[in-house]
Amino acid sequence: MADVALDSLIDRVRAARADKTPLAITGGGTKAFYGGPVRGTPLDVRPLAGISSYEPSELVVTVRAGTPLATLEAALAEQGQCLPFEPPRFGAASTVGGMVAAGLAGPARAAVGGVRDYVLGATLLNGKAEILSFGGQVMKNVAGYDVSRLLAGSLGVLGVLCEVSLKVLPVPVASATLRFELDQAAALKQLNTWGGQPLPVNASAWWDGMLVLRLSGAAAAVQSARRRLGGEPVDDALAAGFWQGLRDQTDEFFIGAHKAVEAGATLWRLSVPQTAPALALPGEQLLEWGGGQRWVVTTAAAATLREAATRVGGHASAFRGGAADDAFAPLAAPLLRIHQGLKDAFDPDRIFNPGRLYPGL
Amino acid sequence: MNAPVDPAVLADPHRQPATAAPDPAARAARQAQVVAALRGVLPSHALLHHREDTVPYECDGLTAYRALPLAVALPETEAQVAAVLKACHAIGVPVVARGAGTGLSGGAMPHDMGLVLSLAKFNKIVKLDPFSRTAVVQCGVRNLAISEAAAPHGLYYAPDPSSQIACTIGGNVAENSGGVHCLKYGLTVHNVLRVRGFTAEGEPVEFGSEALDAAGLDLLAVVIGSEGMLAVTTEVTVKLTPKPQLARCIMASFGDIRDAGNAVAAVIAAGIIPAGLEMMDKPMTAAVEDFVHAGYDLDAAAILLCESDGTPEEVEEEIGRMLAVLEGCGATRLQVSETEAQRLKFWSGRKNAFPASGRISPDYMCMDSTIPRKRLADILIAIAEMEKKYDLRCCNVFHAGDGNLHPLILFDANDPDQLHRCELFGADILETSVALGGTVTGEHGVGVEKLSSMCVQFSPAEREQMFGVKRAFDAAGTLNPGKVIPTLHRCAEYGRMHVKKGLLPFPELERF
Repeated sequence: MADVALDSLIDRVRAARADKTPLAITGGGTKAFYGGPVRGTPLDVRPLAGISSYEPSELVVTVRAGTPLATLEAALAEQGQCLPFEPPRFGAASTVGGMVAAGLAGPARAAVGGVRDYVLGATLLNGKAEILSFGGQVMKNVAGYDVSRLLAGSLGVLGVLCEVSLKVLPVPVASATLRFELDQAAALKQLNTWGGQPLPVNASAWWDGMLVLRLSGAAAAVQSARRRLGGEPVDDALAAGFWQGLRDQTDEFFIGAHKAVEAGATLWRLSVPQTAPALALPGEQLLEWGGGQRWVVTTAAAATLREAATRVGGHASAFRGGAADDAFAPLAAPLLRIHQGLKDAFDPDRIFNPGRLYPGL
Repeated sequence: MNAPVDPAVLADPHRQPATAAPDPAARAARQAQVVAALRGVLPSHALLHHREDTVPYECDGLTAYRALPLAVALPETEAQVAAVLKACHAIGVPVVARGAGTGLSGGAMPHDMGLVLSLAKFNKIVKLDPFSRTAVVQCGVRNLAISEAAAPHGLYYAPDPSSQIACTIGGNVAENSGGVHCLKYGLTVHNVLRVRGFTAEGEPVEFGSEALDAAGLDLLAVVIGSEGMLAVTTEVTVKLTPKPQLARCIMASFGDIRDAGNAVAAVIAAGIIPAGLEMMDKPMTAAVEDFVHAGYDLDAAAILLCESDGTPEEVEEEIGRMLAVLEGCGATRLQVSETEAQRLKFWSGRKNAFPASGRISPDYMCMDSTIPRKRLADILIAIAEMEKKYDLRCCNVFHAGDGNLHPLILFDANDPDQLHRCELFGADILETSVALGGTVTGEHGVGVEKLSSMCVQFSPAEREQMFGVKRAFDAAGTLNPGKVIPTLHRCAEYGRMHVKKGLLPFPELERF
């Protein structure tokens, strides 16, 4: 990995460490809204770009962090493969590093796993300006602590992601989308009942009295599930547009949410057990992940959302809008101590993305 | 009796267990101190310290490495676990948590100046909820017991390590255990939602949640596979998976090991993710056939087991595609299981590879490296060369779909030279795997066994960063000290020994 782009990043980190100036790690900047306020001099990782290796029969791609996500997805699509967790693209400039650092996954998350489930290895530039590699390019690897998965969703507070190896999978052979008119409680019951059966359910969304379900897998499995589940089939092109809109948050619900946020509301992401009952909260709700992810647009106080999520065993994040230093649910004392300890271990001078995940971290 | 003991010396977190025998008088004094401290927090039947009681704990599944602990604690409640940890932390006594002791890398080998914390009594399924497809189980519940309890609901716990009859979920969390179905269904890390346990200081802590993610850094991902170094697990919430309606297995013979290796890559390249994809070489096939009489093809250079599961229509479609690929890769014989009994028969040999090896040799050492799938044939050929070099036989079983190798080196532990050659043989396989782009352990863990090989895979800065992770969770180094990450000193020693003997494989390849 010795090259100009990397050497320049190392020099920048060394200098920042010497004069203790914080760095704000950036890629395409499409998720700058997410998390605490970005403080520090921008450190652009986009010069670190390119697919380092990709062998479809190994189901592994190794890619540099500044590579546009679109470039990676196009290369995978050429080989009939994909990132099954459907990371959201909040703009054309989204990078692979940003995808891993934010750790956000799309509609298929509940069925196929999240970003961390596909991270096999990572190269990190830590706060001591050291280049470190963890994990690898193989499916099974328990040599040492699984630091590479820890980086997924770390929002850059442990270091600069330089390169990641990701597990990829073949694009499912077939898929079908069905619609069901159901209220929220009935939709949750139905989703959890189907969840216990060997059905190829890949994604779900409930909003405004309508449950939309995506099946995907082998053609035979999708066909037989379709017959069994009933519902109203949705035209393939229409369905593809719907799921893409949901994934990239450009569909009707999210357009409304973004407008409300501009007017002072907050878009909350509640991550709760899939069987949590319908939550009585002021504002509009959209449910994904078989009930496990609930989007709420509301002007209600943070405490209301946090309490509602905690009561059912989940947590609430202010996804867009909301108080600057209060994006994520507070941590229990021992967990906070471990977070501080990890920060000290990876970034002793606290130069990377201070405050992005939690104040003081 | 109460001779002053410097806990800082005795509990040095970097000291490898049993490298130098501690002074007997100091050890006896320390033992008395530990027993006195624990008597206050445990009922007398839950604390063992007489030699005859502690000997059964001196090793785990890796029997070549042994150490006698100062004492063994068998707590029955979480409050007792917390109290034991607090007491040990206060006087700086290393604590080695232990489940069923089936681990194959010495991860549960006692520390000779420490306590073994046996969690065998935490064996209850707390809650099994078919609606949420989750089970909350205590750490000592056996892997297979979860699937058995879930079976009436059409559900099961997907990771199925070969030791699943005996191994516990707590141990699976410690090792991030896999199994023969993890290419399609994932490892422990993909099937566990939440781990409840205690910090080294005895404070209760929860990693993950019953939702699909938790706030903050993904500590659950790093706790899973941490080999008891970061926290003590007492309770686990696992995901349950709907049982596929049908599973069928293809048994394919190949006349050439290279064809078999290529067939593995070809199946994946065809866009198929088999439920299981396993390989056995000729010596392994002979050993298991003699043991289970499943009708394996004894003339084949390698046998592949390739499984499909799902709805009957889905399985039929996939089996057809698999057969076409295997045939195209030069399979010399193809058999598809027609009944569930026949499918289990196909698997019986693979699942009994370890005991079958035990029958043909006084001892065997099981290796566990992973390599990129495309290098399967290369490593098999390299291992064949090593058999000549070290004058020892080796049988090979692979989780081929994951590139995870389990070469079983056959030796006689009563012959010190054979044990020594076996260790060199094993280290050679691991280092060759790293050189081929792989890793020294796919699913069995580093433990004490692969400490030296970690020096080859990770740079000093990377190892120091891992020590940093350890300190973030366990600043005093109380939990399982001396395992997983080798010290700089140990790696320097290992490097010297290696260069001297000129055993470094593939000297032309770059090592990071």
